[in-house]
Amino acid sequence: MGRTLAEKVWESHVVARAEGEPDLLYIDLHLVHEVTSPQAFDGLRAAGRPVRRPELTMATEDHNVPTIDIDKPIADPISRTQVETLRRNCNEFGVPLYSLGNVEQGIVHVVGPQMGLTQPGMTVVCGDSHTSTHGAFGALAFGIGTSEVEHVLATQTLPLKPFKTMAITVNGALPEGVTAKDLILAVIAKIGTGGGQGYVLEYRGEAIESLSMEARMTICNMSIEAGARAGMIAPDETTYEFLKGRERAPHGVAWDEAVQTWRGLVTDDDAEFDAEVVIDASTLSPFVTWGTNPGQGLPLSSSVPNPEDFENEVDRSAAQRAIEYMGLTAGMPLKDITVDTVFLGSCTNGRIEDLRAAAQVIEGRKVADGVTMLVVPGSVRVRLQAESEGLDKVFIEAGAQWRQAGCSMCLAMNPDKLTPGERSASTSNRNFEGRQGPGGRTHLVSPQVAAATAVTGHLSAPTDLVNA
Amino acid sequence: MEKFTVHTGVGAPLRRSNVDTDQIIPAEYLKRVTRHGYEDALFSAWRKDPDFVLNQPAYSLSSVLVAGPDFGTGSSREHAVWALQDYGFKVVLSSRFADIFRGNAGKGGLLAAEVEESVIERLWEVLDAHQGAQITVDLVECRVRAERIDEPFVIDEYVRWRLLEGLDDIGISLKHEVAIGEFEHRRPEFLPTTA
Repeated sequence: MGRTLAEKVWESHVVARAEGEPDLLYIDLHLVHEVTSPQAFDGLRAAGRPVRRPELTMATEDHNVPTIDIDKPIADPISRTQVETLRRNCNEFGVPLYSLGNVEQGIVHVVGPQMGLTQPGMTVVCGDSHTSTHGAFGALAFGIGTSEVEHVLATQTLPLKPFKTMAITVNGALPEGVTAKDLILAVIAKIGTGGGQGYVLEYRGEAIESLSMEARMTICNMSIEAGARAGMIAPDETTYEFLKGRERAPHGVAWDEAVQTWRGLVTDDDAEFDAEVVIDASTLSPFVTWGTNPGQGLPLSSSVPNPEDFENEVDRSAAQRAIEYMGLTAGMPLKDITVDTVFLGSCTNGRIEDLRAAAQVIEGRKVADGVTMLVVPGSVRVRLQAESEGLDKVFIEAGAQWRQAGCSMCLAMNPDKLTPGERSASTSNRNFEGRQGPGGRTHLVSPQVAAATAVTGHLSAPTDLVNA
Repeated sequence: MEKFTVHTGVGAPLRRSNVDTDQIIPAEYLKRVTRHGYEDALFSAWRKDPDFVLNQPAYSLSSVLVAGPDFGTGSSREHAVWALQDYGFKVVLSSRFADIFRGNAGKGGLLAAEVEESVIERLWEVLDAHQGAQITVDLVECRVRAERIDEPFVIDEYVRWRLLEGLDDIGISLKHEVAIGEFEHRRPEFLPTTA
């Protein structure tokens, strides 16, 4: 029987296999940031262990760093200590680090692909659940905890039980104005926040094949929001085109050899998935969340649901609680929801294509009175590219704030956060209670919806602006 | 890691589904660089509510958390496991755990035991009827017991063995050091390096 893409990558990384034990898998690339690594480095020190392969490890500062005044010391002393701890650890253990101020600094999941470090068929891990992003290249990439970070630093391997595989087949074409973000939010709403537990998702079908690499990263990024540790898309010409010429991608003869290998990284025709979900892309429209988990989403044109309409008691009480926390009323049109803040950025939607899409919507328009819009590029390189295209001016002229690179308001570990009761339209990935600041309320949206919402002050699609 | 065999302690009912790791420990507390001292951070937003279960005197010494489905979703932060342990929890019972949380729990020695949703409901009834009631979680037999309840729970067999033996994962993997070295020689040369 044939094998799936995920099984092929898995099999090619097995270092040791024994009955009754997890497989020991080799890790090709380990990405590190300041939040989930300090205790792992401490563990190495306590055991007297070195980092086995520092040259397969790369660190960047992203979760904690400020997005203004980056030339000054970090104001929050606890954040500063954490960032300084990473610098000390990387220096001591020989791990390459891109610090604040370096042109390669940025969100770890934006930096890896842009340097060409993420390649098809690799195993990629990071102490961050959004490591699933890298699956867009046909890599098996997943988030790990701090104990596993220490394990990979020490051994360059991880003991793992095989995942099951689920095909998410998206047929047809996405309608005009419907984005990768809308698609993945619709997938999560369909299968639920636990639907992918234990699975690697493989996104396939016409609609997926026609997406850019940036859009594919948005899709794979949010696999974890459906409970799946990893999401993958088979590499194709779009993937090779993106990688070719990047600093860490193979060059010359090695490139040809690599592409030859990568072409085999597809699910065989006779392979069987453990589960399959089929979606018709042509039925989709801009999608937003109304609740406090990413599965609580609906088309923007619909209304806040009535908890009584949920069949299952668990869903009913979760909806009740979410509507209360979000300060909404059952039955109100989603487009009537007014926001205080619009956040454009994150590892989900902080890449150049996302900024271009939002800029196109907001160009020549103004951010509504009383609304704050934060634009936070995913990396310094994205910021520089956007500035070379004049996108910074478009945002600034519209009244938005143009910031430095980092995770920022996605998880509010730095000073960018909502105040209690404040409401955002956010291109990030999680709408959990307090995720963007204690008491904050988050609606997850695409970059285009974020930009249109900034203009009107209430949840809106770009098409709503025609008559505005 | 300490060995885990049988634990008996006060059960705390957490009647919520989708308890994500941002609720277990908000990001603000992740700035610390230590491995311990997160007891204040556990459910910190919910603990501001005087009615929250852990604010009830009967549950102040609880060590078995009985939670709704999809416990531990979201962020990979192992701090969620540390916060539960620092507070005093030895066991979390749920009908569904998020994968990364389940993995982190196993590494840190917190028992994430999966039981049927109906068992969770019955445990909640027991805990409501007798606040401060004790629950026994037996990793040797893989059973959870409380009053008239005596039901099996599911845990990965390998994780169970490691918890019973109190074994360190890195030490186990390093036994394969020769195989790791051999694998490294076979890796294609076109693969990238960071330095």
